[in-house]
Amino acid sequence: MMLAFDTATRLVTVALHDGADVVAELSGDAPMKHGEQLAPLIAGALERAGIVRQDLTAIGVGVGPGPFTGLRVGLVTARTLGFVLEIPVYGVCTLDVLAVEAATTGAVQGDFAVATDARRKEVYWATYDGDGHRLDGPVVDKPAALATDLPVAGEGPGLYPEAFPHAVAPTRPSAGWLAHAIAEERAELLDPEPLYLRRPDAAASHAPKPVS
Amino acid sequence: MWRDRNLMTDEPLVLGIETSCDETGVGIVRGHTLLADAVASSVDEHARFGGVVPEVASRAHLEAMVPTIERACETAGITPYDVDAIAVTSGPGLAGALLVGVAAAKALAIGLGKPLYGVNHLASHVAVDQLEHGPLPEPVLAMLVSGGHSSLLRVEDVTTGVTPLGATIDDAAGEAFDKVARLLSLPFPGGPHIDREARSGSSVAIDFPRGLTSRKDLERHRFDFSFSGLKTAVARWVEARERSGEPVPVANVAASFQEAVCDVLVRKALDAATDQGIEDLLIGGGVAANSRLRAMAESRAEPLGIRVRVPRPGLCTDNGAMVAALGAEMVARGRTPSALDLPADSSQPVTSVLV
Ligand SMILES: [Zn+2]
Repeated sequence: MMLAFDTATRLVTVALHDGADVVAELSGDAPMKHGEQLAPLIAGALERAGIVRQDLTAIGVGVGPGPFTGLRVGLVTARTLGFVLEIPVYGVCTLDVLAVEAATTGAVQGDFAVATDARRKEVYWATYDGDGHRLDGPVVDKPAALATDLPVAGEGPGLYPEAFPHAVAPTRPSAGWLAHAIAEERAELLDPEPLYLRRPDAAASHAPKPVS
Repeated sequence: MWRDRNLMTDEPLVLGIETSCDETGVGIVRGHTLLADAVASSVDEHARFGGVVPEVASRAHLEAMVPTIERACETAGITPYDVDAIAVTSGPGLAGALLVGVAAAKALAIGLGKPLYGVNHLASHVAVDQLEHGPLPEPVLAMLVSGGHSSLLRVEDVTTGVTPLGATIDDAAGEAFDKVARLLSLPFPGGPHIDREARSGSSVAIDFPRGLTSRKDLERHRFDFSFSGLKTAVARWVEARERSGEPVPVANVAASFQEAVCDVLVRKALDAATDQGIEDLLIGGGVAANSRLRAMAESRAEPLGIRVRVPRPGLCTDNGAMVAALGAEMVARGRTPSALDLPADSSQPVTSVLV
């Protein structure tokens, strides 16, 4: 039984996959509350599927790119669970999760792209062939620099319709598709390392740090 | 399940996680006994910025978390499955940094099927003393002094709440140490370097101001601190020296500055203890490692009949053991565990010791 989750976009998504199919899928309803929602969603998915933690044999996690704080919640959860349950942790680029769904559900034929919100008026971006195999990316850049008439999945087209006029589903990654991608080896399996794509802002905290 | 344990005969084994700032701390305690205190610090990565960079700290926490948990378990000679509960700092601290620790703690709680306690960082600085000196006197007057906090607290029961009596109105004591160290071209963090320099200097060479100690200030801010004026006075004094082309007597500046900080801290702490009728003063937080502060507190407290407790320096700075110590107290006193949707609260008030 694989537990899969992604925290690299605004909402948390969690699923369980029994080797053949997705047996439970839950998602959060409050944006940017990854730290509060992920653990209850995992517990809820286990309960819904009627399994206990000892039944888990693998963990799949979206490694971004995505907003850092939420991304880390997913990765530290995956690594820590993998450590205590002594089971492998597989990372998948979050953009690939969207691509696998788009290619499999027939939302696209031929080449397409995925663009998600990177804030600061930029997007995370990668391009794919019609089977959902990544051709290029992931990168972070301004929408204008990436503007294309190709079909684009993810939240990018909704945010920047001038740059990406051809929007296709899905807009958000689903942990169910993340689990499919891993179970069916449809995406490159990565170490559970975050794809930050940006260096940290190198400014010291000027507000007095609350503790030391 | 933990509820089946006999709490009367078996002290709780608790793993504590601390990530409120730049150290990833994982401690393991059994009751009041310290079994492991593993710390990974990203302080070197921040040194060149002269302060903690939150994103750098958060990235380092993610990388250090599992290895530090592993190291703590190895040192304690236990497996994670042996622990009775998980405790974690839920706040206050840097939001993104706290979140890494809280998420890891929840993963442990789920993976091990054990209860989770989200606790206050400052209350943990108080509870850690139990690992060194045994059960806390109740009440105890706690003075917490660190890079971000300078506060006086009345602590009746560290698991249910503490009463703030006073706090800094501007800079924290540790922050003043860092800033003065920078003025004197000493490395970050400044505390240990000032302490070392001060040993060969004169504490009465320069008469630096004592913040909020005038009669008028004492009316409104009897138990509050201010170190911003002191920092400015040191800067002016050093600049004047440099302008006149004379060398800056680093040891004398360090000693006189340190004396001014310690004088105010100790004076107000003892005044608060006397006012509250409390006979035990506990000093915690990073600045409690300062040798002059310890010595001055002890010598001035004795004639007042006040006992001073200061954990050893390694337990004063941020660590996981202090979180585990408070968690063990929560279990021992039967407090209700936190829910899995426990938030990280960067400005968690000191009155909220368990979330
Ligand atoms: Zn602290």
